[in-house]
Amino acid sequence: MTMRAPIIDIRDAADAAEALRNAAAHDTPYKITGAGSKKGLGRHAPAAQTLSTRALTGVTLYEPEELVLSARAGTPLRDIERLLETHRQQLAFEPIDYGSIYNAPRQTATIGGAIAVNASGPRRIKAGAARDHLLGFHAVTGRGDIVKSGGRVMKNVTGFDLSKLVCGSYGTLALLTEVTLKVLPKPETEQSLLILGLDEATSLALLRRAAGTPFEVSGFAMTPGGMMPGVDVNAAALRIEGPKISVNARRDALLATLVDPSTRIMNLQAAHSQNFWASIRDAEPVARQSGQIWRLSVAPSNALTVVDVLRRNGAPLHAHFYDWAGGLIWLAFAPAPDAHAPLVRAAVDAVGGHATLIRADDAVRAHVDVFHPQPAALAALSQRVKDAFDPAHVLERGRMRAEF
Amino acid sequence: MTLIMPTPETAIVARRAEIIARLRTLLPPRSLIVEETARRAYECDAFTMYRALPLVVVLPETIEEVQGILRLAAEMNVKIVPRGAGTSLSGGAMPLEDGILLGMAKFNRILDIDYDNRCARVQPGVQNLAISKAVEARGFYYAPDPSSQIACSIGGNVAENAGGVHCLKYGLTTNNILGLEVVLMGGDIVRLGGKHLDSEAYDLLGLMTGSEGLLGVITEVTVRILQKPSVARCLLLGFPSVEAGARCVGAVIANGIIPGGMEMMDKKTIHAVERFQPCGYPLNVEAIVIVELDGTQAEVDHLVGVVEKIARDEGATTAKISTSEAERLQFWAGRKNAFPAVNRIKPDYLCMDGTIPRGRLPEVLAGMDELAAKYDLGVANVFHAGDGNLHPLILYDSAKEGDIERAEQLGFDILRLCVSVGGVLTGEHGVGVEKRDLMGEMFTQIDLDQQQRVKCAFDPEGRLNPGKVFPTLHRCAEFGMMHVSEGKMPFPDLPRF
Repeated sequence: MTMRAPIIDIRDAADAAEALRNAAAHDTPYKITGAGSKKGLGRHAPAAQTLSTRALTGVTLYEPEELVLSARAGTPLRDIERLLETHRQQLAFEPIDYGSIYNAPRQTATIGGAIAVNASGPRRIKAGAARDHLLGFHAVTGRGDIVKSGGRVMKNVTGFDLSKLVCGSYGTLALLTEVTLKVLPKPETEQSLLILGLDEATSLALLRRAAGTPFEVSGFAMTPGGMMPGVDVNAAALRIEGPKISVNARRDALLATLVDPSTRIMNLQAAHSQNFWASIRDAEPVARQSGQIWRLSVAPSNALTVVDVLRRNGAPLHAHFYDWAGGLIWLAFAPAPDAHAPLVRAAVDAVGGHATLIRADDAVRAHVDVFHPQPAALAALSQRVKDAFDPAHVLERGRMRAEF
Repeated sequence: MTLIMPTPETAIVARRAEIIARLRTLLPPRSLIVEETARRAYECDAFTMYRALPLVVVLPETIEEVQGILRLAAEMNVKIVPRGAGTSLSGGAMPLEDGILLGMAKFNRILDIDYDNRCARVQPGVQNLAISKAVEARGFYYAPDPSSQIACSIGGNVAENAGGVHCLKYGLTTNNILGLEVVLMGGDIVRLGGKHLDSEAYDLLGLMTGSEGLLGVITEVTVRILQKPSVARCLLLGFPSVEAGARCVGAVIANGIIPGGMEMMDKKTIHAVERFQPCGYPLNVEAIVIVELDGTQAEVDHLVGVVEKIARDEGATTAKISTSEAERLQFWAGRKNAFPAVNRIKPDYLCMDGTIPRGRLPEVLAGMDELAAKYDLGVANVFHAGDGNLHPLILYDSAKEGDIERAEQLGFDILRLCVSVGGVLTGEHGVGVEKRDLMGEMFTQIDLDQQQRVKCAFDPEGRLNPGKVFPTLHRCAEFGMMHVSEGKMPFPDLPRF
């Protein structure tokens, strides 16, 4: 066998198919990378060779009136967002930028990477995650088969929805070569309300009540005092987007419905509001801290219970904050060899949900389960799904599970 | 009859008495339907063109009973066809003569309404509309609203990834559910999701949604509920051409407006509706567009004006704006009566369900007219204009020799036309048996093989709802090793069922 360069830039699907067929024949797995902005995410499982989509770039279809855009997997997100901006449109799933968390350059991520991790942001409740916006894709499976699924239209139930499977599969099922996305109009303007000085329980209850109003709030975060620069007390934050006339009306309605007149309020106008939610999206309140970072998804009403249990059980919590009205919890801990996984997982398992270890040293992520373990029947089913795409385990071997 | 279903296995049919005896040990007598006259009630779903008498019908009441049935099916190698309320328009619940029809209608309880987390846990046999009714006192509703919502069940909605008229803004079923409990062939139970968001590993919740009963039997669904918009107002717009109507729809979206609903009807449907039950639609137009805007009062009032201006600029000759809830409902009444109204023109119709890129509508409608003329049949059109989902209604008379076959062929040609302009075979009705043999129009054999490998991961013996979705069904055991080149199967003349 000839020596290979450690990173192979694929030019098209046929390239990838050939490389993966060879990999399967010789049991030589590949890492899959775009810009490499999320290389710290997932189990630490090195491979001798890497397939990169960074040369596979370009928007191949954009029809603003049809709300649809297709791009090759290596296209930088920022290029797509700039193009959409020219038609006052956006990717409504507001993909997180991991630059802050991994202390790496920002705005380098590719669209393929955003899909592969099912990226999302503060608009998750109202607009969904990447999974809710992927209409179709082209990819190469671990068998070296060039496949497609879905299409370019909004409403499509033709065949199994494999788009859902590749979203959040971390490259372990197929190498994405091109994706087709639903895009949406960008709101005319936005504002945010910061309701200040309430305790955590009251703040979180307020966010849940806001989520049950008809006022189409698009962000529900709670940051404990000192977590956001310039905000030294607890803040429950609500974002309102839309036409100016509507934003003002809904802001006033929210205040009248949810907030006692004596409560301290901060009203962030457009630019400040954008900065605030970019910071929440990128988990900056915990990213700024040193230590290990966890991301928890739970039912919103269980958020405080989980954090209280962790505190009571002595987890060395440096920092935390909540998004998705409590449904998403970001936590930073003092480092430990087990990343406090038993404590974190027990707290989540008691109420239902999942916990992902987002930031820890390679040595820790080599032996701690980064993704939440599944019950036996479900784990076996996931394994069979993996094998249906990549029976020789040549795609991102070990990145999600030791067994994959 | 052109549809070929898997040949009933004589060995299974011969063991019918034994299968029933085993089922009697699992189920109380009230949950087992054995007599032929009673089984006839289940011989088709809402796709009535093809029928088959199921081997036996079971109506379990507990998850343990479902597990028992699926264990038995695995052990005795019997096929299972899951069924919700039987409202599928694509034959997804069409029975098999050598298969157990597994009806989930008795799973009809709402288990838990959790306003704090904006969700409800319900059993799969609960009607779609019953969920909204159960939460409406607190101002909530369940968003996806297929037109069969008074009858269809939420389990069937998940199996088909059901849509409705509000999809563009509020999404399909897949965007509105949080969790599922599923029993796999062999009896294992898996819980996918819950009251939290997204998956810890592969998104099997998303995969199950729209899998048409081929992967598992759903025994519980957790749905998201939303607070109803404060206000909804409608515009009724008439256009001198289909092109002008289509341009208006595009311009609304290009202006950054995502309406709660945006529907279009052609002249034939408008006239049928006005004859059926007059609701004030203009008769001197080629197309009408109904635009519903919802949200807060200030926003809706503002947007109504914007949309009216866009419509006038695009040449609308009629523009009525609802000023009361009664008037809004009146604008919708004609659209909601469209199917029965069209039925007055001819005794039968075949409802197709392609989706196309919206901008291609004028050429697709023109192409459809040509095809209809070729087959000497009439076609009326209703169109979920916002999301490009087209429902051509092919009018025929089943009493007339050859009409059914021509209607079916015309339907196939219309769907081929949809695919040729970048669209898909089905937007919300599912593939089922109806569009099964057209899958090759959209997918290569390699694409279809990959989907079937996923099927094998859930159901290696291919016992769950076989004969649906896939034109050829592989045996999983040989499938993993089979070499497929250039989309050609080895031994192409071997039967694959």
